[in-house]
Amino acid sequence: MKIEILGTGCAKCALLGKHADEAARSLGLDYELTYVKEIPDILAHGVMSTPAMAVDGVVKVQGHVPTSRHIEKLLLG
Amino acid sequence: MSDGLNEIACCSGSQPVFREPGFWRRGGWLLPALPLWFVVYHFLEPFANWLAYTRLGLAPASRLGSAVAFFAYDAPKVVMLLALVVLGVTFVQTFISPDRTRDILAGRAGIWGNVLASVFGIFTPFCSCSAVPLFIGFVRVGVPLGVTFSFLVSAPMVNEVALFLLLGLFGWKIALIYAGTGLTVAFLAGWVIGKLRMEKHLEDWVMQIDFKPSTIQEARKSFSDRLDLAVDGVRDIVGKVWPYLLAGIAVGAFIHGYAPEALMAHIMGKAAWWSVPLAVLIGVPLYSNAAGVIPIVQALLGKGAALGTVLAFMMAVTALSLPETIILRKVLKPRLIAVFLAVVTAGILLVGYLFNAIM
Repeated sequence: MKIEILGTGCAKCALLGKHADEAARSLGLDYELTYVKEIPDILAHGVMSTPAMAVDGVVKVQGHVPTSRHIEKLLLG
Repeated sequence: MSDGLNEIACCSGSQPVFREPGFWRRGGWLLPALPLWFVVYHFLEPFANWLAYTRLGLAPASRLGSAVAFFAYDAPKVVMLLALVVLGVTFVQTFISPDRTRDILAGRAGIWGNVLASVFGIFTPFCSCSAVPLFIGFVRVGVPLGVTFSFLVSAPMVNEVALFLLLGLFGWKIALIYAGTGLTVAFLAGWVIGKLRMEKHLEDWVMQIDFKPSTIQEARKSFSDRLDLAVDGVRDIVGKVWPYLLAGIAVGAFIHGYAPEALMAHIMGKAAWWSVPLAVLIGVPLYSNAAGVIPIVQALLGKGAALGTVLAFMMAVTALSLPETIILRKVLKPRLIAVFLAVVTAGILLVGYLFNAIM
């Protein structure tokens, strides 16, 4: 599973990355987490409000930082 | 709502199991916590007076005494109020997103577009670090440039948390004046920029870059998901602003106890014509969360500073900031940046003078 955190690198993006990491680890998933920081790359995902999260290329979160519990649901669904 | 998850958990043996939390974790804690909040809040003032005048033995009429009592009452009061306000506001904001706002505003030319954008700017949650992608996202799906600016001005200027703090501290009149004047400035700024037809002053890449908005189906949030987000918001915002709040209240307490009323009224009263531009000049380099300014505002108003001047100060602190201007330079050519700054500054000055004239 490929988890991408989209955002220009503010505190909230780092927090989203941390929550996603916690969620994926507590589910015991096989995953790879990367950060997408360049604005053109973020826009190419069709995302305009950051922080955002894409799972295997599909945008699942835009513009807020869900709790890791909520991200667990998103990763499973 | 969470049935789907249970299905996943129960019917696929090898899948990781998602555990649903218990009643207290899901929001039951609010039932005792909310009444407790009100009880504690109610007894803050008698407690502060007891602490300053009985326990510490300071004279109520003395400068030190009144400064200490002000601080001991105000510090916990503002922090508690902030926590409650952020909890409520963040909860409501889980229902709103920039994407939805954008879709509502797309293609709305004319005055109503500016009005709607100003109002949505207050409540739509967005992180200031995503201003550039947001700007491009708005413009590229057909939100008119002027309407986009109304949104971008209103969002920092009328801060939803500051609005409810003002309501709790000063009553509905001041809160309404704050929201009303901020909306007016946002409306006017966007309307003027729209009329000037400045689309050609966007940086070229804004219209050229590859962007197709993704329509995402986020998983439905349950009550406890929204409440969790709200609690996270409280932790985040209160954790970030409490040093500023305490500093603001300490400055406020000092002004309350020591600054002579005559001097304050002379400097920041309505008689001094230069006080409004001065307040803006002082406010611009100070970039603070609106919540941190409010204790200072409170003390200034109490000491006879004119309402218009204080409003201008507050708006300059929150709406005009150097970092945000630098960020916006990525998408706006210098002339559009200059017009943006000029229009917003003019709007703030106008509000300051107007309120000093009529109040």
